[in-house]
Amino acid sequence: MEFVFTEEQAMIGETARAFFAESATSEHTRKAMAGDGIDRALWRSFCGELGLGGVALPETYGGAGLGMVEFALVAEAAGAQIAAIPLAGSIAMAAHAIAAGGSESQKAEILPRLISGDVIGACAGTQMLTVDANTISGQVDFVAHGAAADLFVLGDTEGAWIVRRDAPGVTVTALTTMDQTRPFARVTLDRATAEPLPKGQQALQTARECGWVCLAAEALGGAQAALDKTVAYARERIQFGRPIGSFQAYKHRLADMVIEIEQARSAVFWAACAVDEGSDEAALALHAAKSFCADTFFMCASNMIQLHGGIGFTWEHDAHLYFKRARSIQTMLGNGNYHREQVAKMILGEAA
Amino acid sequence: MKLGFSPEEELFRAECADWLNAQMAGEFRDIKGISTLTEKAERRKEWEQHLGAHGWGCIGWPKEWGGRGATLAEQVIFAEEYARAGVPGRVNHIGIELAGPTILTFGTEDQKKRFLPDIAAGNTIFCQGFSEPGAGSDLASVRTKGRLENGSWVVNGQKIWTSLAHISDWIFVVTRTEEGSKGPKGLTFLMMPIDQPGIEIRPIKQINGDAEFNETFFTDATCPEDSLIGAVGDGWRIAMGLLAFERGVSTLGQQMAFRNELDAIILDAKANGAASDSLVRQRLAKAEIGLRLMRYGALRMLSNTDHSKVDGAALTYKIQWATWRRNLGELAMDVLGQAGEVTDNADYEWTMLPNLFLYSRADTIYGGTNQIQRNLIAERGLGMPREPRGDV
Ligand SMILES: Cc1cc2nc3c(=O)[nH]c(=O)nc-3n(C[C@H](O)[C@H](O)[C@H](O)COP(=O)(O)OP(=O)(O)OC[C@H]3O[C@@H](n4cnc5c(N)ncnc54)[C@H](O)[C@@H]3O)c2cc1C
Repeated sequence: MEFVFTEEQAMIGETARAFFAESATSEHTRKAMAGDGIDRALWRSFCGELGLGGVALPETYGGAGLGMVEFALVAEAAGAQIAAIPLAGSIAMAAHAIAAGGSESQKAEILPRLISGDVIGACAGTQMLTVDANTISGQVDFVAHGAAADLFVLGDTEGAWIVRRDAPGVTVTALTTMDQTRPFARVTLDRATAEPLPKGQQALQTARECGWVCLAAEALGGAQAALDKTVAYARERIQFGRPIGSFQAYKHRLADMVIEIEQARSAVFWAACAVDEGSDEAALALHAAKSFCADTFFMCASNMIQLHGGIGFTWEHDAHLYFKRARSIQTMLGNGNYHREQVAKMILGEAA
Repeated sequence: MKLGFSPEEELFRAECADWLNAQMAGEFRDIKGISTLTEKAERRKEWEQHLGAHGWGCIGWPKEWGGRGATLAEQVIFAEEYARAGVPGRVNHIGIELAGPTILTFGTEDQKKRFLPDIAAGNTIFCQGFSEPGAGSDLASVRTKGRLENGSWVVNGQKIWTSLAHISDWIFVVTRTEEGSKGPKGLTFLMMPIDQPGIEIRPIKQINGDAEFNETFFTDATCPEDSLIGAVGDGWRIAMGLLAFERGVSTLGQQMAFRNELDAIILDAKANGAASDSLVRQRLAKAEIGLRLMRYGALRMLSNTDHSKVDGAALTYKIQWATWRRNLGELAMDVLGQAGEVTDNADYEWTMLPNLFLYSRADTIYGGTNQIQRNLIAERGLGMPREPRGDV
């Protein structure tokens, strides 16, 4: 039984935690929220100095060649600080999609630049794009960090394409988004030049899987941070002549958060490990992790507000950053009901 | 980080499965699939002895005490295969999981010799005498008195909820041996033979009609002077040490039994059409996810070798599985509909799923109620202030 981190994995987790705790401060995040939702300095040092942008991408293209377990450790650390970085869109989804389904030249051209942070990618699937020669047309809503992206990986049930931001026929509209650390954009394509990925469906499938791991891990980190911050407040805030953390109703809510978080932790690393091992449990694990961790994060973030009282309802306090990120993760890449329905199909023997 | 077991361990798994399946197809086929703790108790004592005779009684114990010195992973595997083969629960689970490890950890050489081989061989069945009418969650309030007299301990008082006392040979009891002491001080941990005039056992009927637990009365009951574990007044430390053994390797075996229960619900849901209801589908999926997370939580807890800090997975495990299983019982009834509320047994005996619904109400009570678990998580895990003690 070795369902524990290796020393190297533990170290990556430690390094990432220390990095985000120090660099992804609330002050910086709030500056990014007022802009396009990306803290450029943070992203540059994450990709550059820390070199973790390509943690699970091949070494040939500048990655570290590690797996989803290591990636999840990094995403967990980023999620704990609600870091305003395009980790999900640019790395987990766009880069991993290209790595899985791109041509040799696409990989060689784009991956090193996504990994170095010089280029920002975004990725989204949609119902139907119209293909005409080497152009595509259509509209893709809710592209995370889309307004900041230099290139898009877009797909439908027929294929997946790389579209450059500056290609003719591409219109990107930033949408005022509840979670300002990961705002959406609408991408409209009017016969925009598009380069097909040779293995489009594989690219999209990989993007979804890495995206689910990323969101689940972010959610885990966010949930734990919401708990930790509430625990700290429970010690210092006095009412009725005693710390509020001494009231049993309060303690039990904290305990319920721990119970969910511990399961969320098992879920993230079960899913990540199952993907790395190519286990036949991987699909089930991914649906489990995405739905469970998102719900856990929302539960913890909403408790965070309630257990802080009025201060938790202010713009100044960070509780709303956690709350809004949690809400956003719940819906992104399939809501909880969708993922549980996939699990239901599997256990009822109805899977296609 | 790895999900599974090594190839050698998988070989051991096959060995366990082969042997267990052969027994359940052969001499012990009459007990296969029993899901309550009390049914066919005499045959199941024979099964304990059969396990012992073939060296499968307590595989994790050292060889000199009747075990096999099996690794943690091997113990987990045996527990899993045991449940998967449909073998009924161990009637001596308190002996092998609580009394044995307590004696192994805190007992004298002489006590180890006296008890361990017999527990491993299935000859000594133990029960647990902790709770009293006035001391449940608040175990430190026990009042049953023990005093030393002419080289024997003499015990007077009452225990309650004593599971399987009616089929046990020995009981371990927490007694108050220091006159006038209060709380965790002045307690002593004694082991007493049950077959004596001073001990009377009365069954208590439970909500499922079964009578797994009992009231146990002590009236000048005796045991020899050297029947105590640890020192006089050391009972609280021993009792707490014992409770820590409760989260052992058996958890993954227990999960196999949960697997069987959930599978039965899935089958019923498919058969009676409940599986086409989208809310039922959501709940089945939640149950499946909960069970899987329980497995990986247990693997995290058992793989963890760093015991220097509180292990969150271990601290939350009891309330997690207990709540999951209680919810599972409710899901079972929603899937079965009214068919689940009738039995064709005139003695009020229930098939697996309705019995699960009834029995699982106890899961969130014994071994520390859900409320006590939450107190522990908040206090030990998060360092929140402890609950104040009253003096009523
Ligand atoms: C099926 C079954 C088998 C058992 N087997 C055994 C056995 O073999 N040996 C043995 O010794 N005991 C056994 N028990 C007893 C079990 O350990 C106790 O029932 C349990 O510890 C609770 O104690 P109680 O029943 O006195 O309830 P109480 O302690 O009176 O609790 C009543 C209610 O008050 C709540 N409560 C109590 N204290 C607090 C607090 N501080 N904060 C918040 N809420 C609180 C509880 O959660 C519960 O909801 C068994 C019980 C059952 C149901």
